Amino acid sequence: MTQIQQTTQQPRESVAAGADRILDVEDLHVEFNTPAGLVRAVDGLSYFVREGETLGVVGESGCGKSVTALSVLRLIPNPPGKISAGTVRFQGTNLLNLPEGELEAIRGNHISMIFQEPMTSLNPLYTVGKQISEALILHQGLSKRAAMDQATEMLRRVSIPEPEARIHSYPHQLSGGMRQRVMIAMAICCNPKVLIADEPTTALDVTIQAQILELIRDLQKVTGTAIVLITHDMGVVAENADRVLVMYAGRKVEEANVDELFDHPGHPYTRGLLGSIPNLEEVAHASGERLRLNEIPGMVPSLTDLPSGCSFAPRCPFAVDKCHAAYPPLEEVRPGHWVSCWRTAELD
Amino acid sequence: MATDVAAEIETANDDSAALIRVENLKKYFPIHKGVFSKLVGQVYAVDGISFHIKAGETLGLVGESGCGKSTVGRTVLKLLEPTAGSIHIKGEDITALPPAGMLAYRQQMQMIFQDPFASLNPRMTAGNIVGEPLIIHGIGNATERQDRVAWLFERVGLRPERMFAYAHEFSGGQRQRLGIARALAINPELIICDEPVSALDVSIQAQIINLLMDLQEEFKLSYLFISHDLAVVEHISHRVAVMYLGRIVEMTDKTSLFEEPLHPYTEALLYAVPIAKSGARNRTRQIVEGDVPSPINPPSGCHFHTRCPYAVARCRTEEPKLREVKPGHLTACHIHDRKVTLPLAPPEA
Repeated sequence: MTQIQQTTQQPRESVAAGADRILDVEDLHVEFNTPAGLVRAVDGLSYFVREGETLGVVGESGCGKSVTALSVLRLIPNPPGKISAGTVRFQGTNLLNLPEGELEAIRGNHISMIFQEPMTSLNPLYTVGKQISEALILHQGLSKRAAMDQATEMLRRVSIPEPEARIHSYPHQLSGGMRQRVMIAMAICCNPKVLIADEPTTALDVTIQAQILELIRDLQKVTGTAIVLITHDMGVVAENADRVLVMYAGRKVEEANVDELFDHPGHPYTRGLLGSIPNLEEVAHASGERLRLNEIPGMVPSLTDLPSGCSFAPRCPFAVDKCHAAYPPLEEVRPGHWVSCWRTAELD
Repeated sequence: MATDVAAEIETANDDSAALIRVENLKKYFPIHKGVFSKLVGQVYAVDGISFHIKAGETLGLVGESGCGKSTVGRTVLKLLEPTAGSIHIKGEDITALPPAGMLAYRQQMQMIFQDPFASLNPRMTAGNIVGEPLIIHGIGNATERQDRVAWLFERVGLRPERMFAYAHEFSGGQRQRLGIARALAINPELIICDEPVSALDVSIQAQIINLLMDLQEEFKLSYLFISHDLAVVEHISHRVAVMYLGRIVEMTDKTSLFEEPLHPYTEALLYAVPIAKSGARNRTRQIVEGDVPSPINPPSGCHFHTRCPYAVARCRTEEPKLREVKPGHLTACHIHDRKVTLPLAPPEA
């Protein structure tokens, strides 16, 4: 057991906007053609992440958070999916109109991904050493032997015991936590500038989740990689992100620094989400009482049949006529804190 | 060993009103190999656990994957035959009852499953799914059953008109409501909830947790609430049992467990749960190392010694017994013999 004192806070409000944005997504639209009609999975989303920063993206299933991640590297299956508008700038270059060959040089090299399910993302027919060294041979031009040595070194960095032996293991011989460590080793072996982690710990037990998140934080301290952390777990966001983006039905409804978001949630959806989580610390321990959770009534609307106006209005306790008529714009309520709600001023 | 654990539990918690009492329950799964199906080992899924649940009470059963918590739920209902131990419902021993004899008891015990997609028959209408237990137990005639089903739909927050829809026409949360309505159909006294909210989004999860708590108040139900999520268990339970590799390592009321955990594994779990509030990034905590060992070949002595930061030589050889360390607070750890006070504290933000 290691005592971890997390004191390193990333510098937050530093350089003028834009200067240190390593990844800058603007007005992204992603559509899917489905038998039920056209689905706007992501509808006009803008966000950025700075060097050394962790951006948390939260939302429930179907809110478009994973599609957001996949579009950065143009990994949306086409058809049925299509990035219909927007730009994704990595160090100033728009990735969306880059030729496939040039994008290959960035994928897995400068920008890499960690997926939720390590068993389905690893090839069962190759040893983990071979899978890690593949990227090294492709992107860094290493020889097979040098790549294997480097791969062993990577396994050591992600704290896999006996890396010299484990390098020859197949994925099925490893536990879930170990497989996710291998995924991380693969993702970071080329020292990426941006790491996109899509629900990296959702399939893992809570003690293993704590280990993996600690590993990612420790690696970030050393490498200064920018991380986009996609999750449904508000606790994971609170403990790992610097800034947070809340998504609902394909759109950003709120964005703020992590402490600001948890102390002053602005959007009724964010408030609802925070109220619906059973919190280990806050429930009436002393009395042993059981309190009701604040539930959000109804359910997430179908993306083929979104309500007019604000998508959250049908479930929102504060909705007024205006909310059903027009979609509210994002407004900055405090420095760096953006909310998309007609009633922000009254509710604050 | 079995009897003195049970005896100690008896003194620790007044169980005269126990609806269900489980003593020294064991469930091993044999592993066969080769052409002749030779027995090569066993999975020690549940390895001697004892607990009781009173009327109107929720016992939370928490642990990580592979700790045997779901097997406990299934064995208690006798969906799996126990290897050893006993199960008493209202004082009646049901351990050795054949399936036919179980039918009367099944009316008192129902189950809600984790996956609302896999646990509902896709070829049956929602109304038939909910009403099937009534038919099996021969309750009412067709009209009475239909009225009962309509009432159940309303009670769990579904529109009765939707009785004629099929399971795939419902969302995940609504399907879980169907599963709850089905479990309630024959007025059970005990419901085994096996990870009932794990597959749901947080906003829907809150709806289902509230519904389960409301129904408990209304019908004085007892729950065995099985989950890997400590925050959910903490919220819904009156008492909590923590399992690790087939054994209960700590059991007490929820306030004591979360404010003053006495077992190093419980402490590790509490440290590992991320907390959704500001300032959580600067939380000081200890992260336990390593993976959960295999239940086929569990470590000797205390199963947790391979990962425990407080382990000493004795932990490797001698199995600690679950006993009352503080009034009503049971734990299985040698450290309390040494009168050592641990830096055990609730997680601080």
